[in-house]
Amino acid sequence: MPAFTPPPLPSEDKRWKIVNGTMRKNGFARHALIETLHTVQSSFGYLDDDAIRFVAQSLRVPLSQAYGVVTFYHYFSLKPPGKHTMTICAGTACYIKGTDKLIAAAEQKLGIRSGQTTPGGGVSLMTARCVGACSRAPVMLTDGNVSGEVTAEQMIAQLERWAVE
Amino acid sequence: MTIEELEQIAVSVHQENAKYDFEVNVCMDLACNSQGAGAVREALVKAAEASGKKVLIRKTGCMGPCSSGPLVRVDPDDALYHHVKEKDAEPIVAHLGGDPVAELQCDLNEHFDKQVRVVLENAGHIDPEKIDDYISRDGYKALLTVLTEMTPSGVIHRITESGLRGRGGGGYPTGLKWSTVAKSGGDMKYVVCNGDEGDPGAFMDRSVMEGDPHRVIEGMAIAAYAVGAGKGFIYVRAEYPVAVSRLTTAIREARRRGLLGTNLGGTTFSFDVEIRLGAGAFVCGEETALIASIEGKRGTPRPRPPYPAMSGLWGKPTLINNVETYANVAPIIRNGGKWFHDMGSERSKGTKVFALTGRINHTGLIEVPLGIKLWEIIDVIGGGVPGGHKLKAVQTGGPSGGCIPADMLGLGVSYDALMAAGSIMGSGGMIVMDDTSCMVNVARFFVEFCMTESCGKCIPCRAGTAQMYTLLTRICEGSATMDDLHLLEELCGTVKETSLCGLGQTAPNPVLSTLKYFRHEYIDHIVQKHCPAGVCNLNASVEVPA
Repeated sequence: MPAFTPPPLPSEDKRWKIVNGTMRKNGFARHALIETLHTVQSSFGYLDDDAIRFVAQSLRVPLSQAYGVVTFYHYFSLKPPGKHTMTICAGTACYIKGTDKLIAAAEQKLGIRSGQTTPGGGVSLMTARCVGACSRAPVMLTDGNVSGEVTAEQMIAQLERWAVE
Repeated sequence: MTIEELEQIAVSVHQENAKYDFEVNVCMDLACNSQGAGAVREALVKAAEASGKKVLIRKTGCMGPCSSGPLVRVDPDDALYHHVKEKDAEPIVAHLGGDPVAELQCDLNEHFDKQVRVVLENAGHIDPEKIDDYISRDGYKALLTVLTEMTPSGVIHRITESGLRGRGGGGYPTGLKWSTVAKSGGDMKYVVCNGDEGDPGAFMDRSVMEGDPHRVIEGMAIAAYAVGAGKGFIYVRAEYPVAVSRLTTAIREARRRGLLGTNLGGTTFSFDVEIRLGAGAFVCGEETALIASIEGKRGTPRPRPPYPAMSGLWGKPTLINNVETYANVAPIIRNGGKWFHDMGSERSKGTKVFALTGRINHTGLIEVPLGIKLWEIIDVIGGGVPGGHKLKAVQTGGPSGGCIPADMLGLGVSYDALMAAGSIMGSGGMIVMDDTSCMVNVARFFVEFCMTESCGKCIPCRAGTAQMYTLLTRICEGSATMDDLHLLEELCGTVKETSLCGLGQTAPNPVLSTLKYFRHEYIDHIVQKHCPAGVCNLNASVEVPA
């Protein structure tokens, strides 16, 4: 069997080298698919078609399987995130403490549904299944930073601070 | 690494600590950190330097009562301070060695007195990023003892004797699982740690992985020796970046100390661990789905048998246990199976960590002996329901569990008692609900969760949860009839009996348990078009068909 040659990197972008590094560390094994997709998402912020194609070819995984994995797991995103991300936890403890009102207030303020990004790419509004800070419910994450016992006013104030940046 | 060398490390840690007159432990867990624990720690470091006292400031894992955070514990004064702010650093340091700062003292004696700490014994006492801290508290002693003095079957015998049952929720006897894997043939076997804590409202495993990561690794290594495995995987949710980073550090440190790798403890036994990241799929908590995910595939379950103990990861015999199960292993080896067996109730031995959250005064992490009465947890440890509200129900087991009504607080918390009451132990989420929660809405919340998380492989779960959600939505919106309720009950039975994996089989539990204890709320919604808790927005104009 001829030796397998991985495809060339999609561009000069240095981040592809990081992605390639993850695959090389795992010996280009097929089971490294999820690990590699994690590296792509942490490097680029999301997964686009070119990235999925490159990873699938490099690991010799059918494109259908790679796409199937990307769409199966909630953590992977096919769309670029906004400049800022507001994540509101919708876990059980947060739900009991009224997180639905927070989500509704954020949707109204931004004029988008959760899972979407404002038209100018300013803010992405996301909900999380549980971030494990249940003792401080309801919880929001502003660009990944956890705040607990959040009120709608505090959340709106944060969105307004981002809006004037 | 030998036991003597291990003890040498412990001695040098104690000598190093003895250079300080005081130890100030700052809880840096997620909850305290989000309340400013980082700034508190920096202020304490500055205040200690300025005072000239010999103070060791240590970053620790979760101390428990998160609602009182940020928490700071001072040794040897044995003072626990709550709601600590930056400005409190100076008085805390000034009072070291004298009377504690009265207004900061955390008076939660009742909260702590009812608890027994086995899994959390190190939480709040060690720096999770320092392996030597763990070693100084008997860490890795169990592993080296096992390797040099015990046979694999002896280890399994001790675990069996302890009566430990799986802490992920199912409650399968751990010793039995281990012996099945040990008996499976083949030269390659795996041990897997399930750290995919997907139950929303639970964070015990996160706290253990973040606060005491070596305990998990030691438990896995002992398990690997007992079943004859050479390689381990820890499957962690990507939503827990701190846990991933702490475990990565811990694995590196353990390798450096020769506690992972080849020829551990000078024996022929070799074992190493790798981390695998989850990617946000609740179904991956199911063992066959978890295996598929580690193999880089969509996390869909497959029928069992064959069980993973026979044919798991890449078709090899695989032992899968939860984080908390592994965390119990080292203390059982150190203290003996009988010691563990003496704790707990008749058929549920040992202790269990619960994440106590929702409408309760003292939210946080607790560890209690099994068999403890539910009211002791709610009223004594949790301090009751705040704001003059009335307790309505306690939810256990997450989306696979059920609601225990307030009049059943005399229930002893054990696998069997919770099952008999229509709920399950689950991984340990315990969410308290008061009269502001609508039980129909709660049931709909969980069914929506299961509907979204259904992997879609089997029809009863994929289509059944969606139909259940539609029916529950009708009830919540006031457009349902009694026929809808009957249909819902019938559908619950079908989904429960015919789904492929645990997710579908347990998805109806929140509906069935609320129907069992709060049927009147369903009837109120359907007949009176009234939500007793005032949560649901019922459209009164909808006509009830005759």
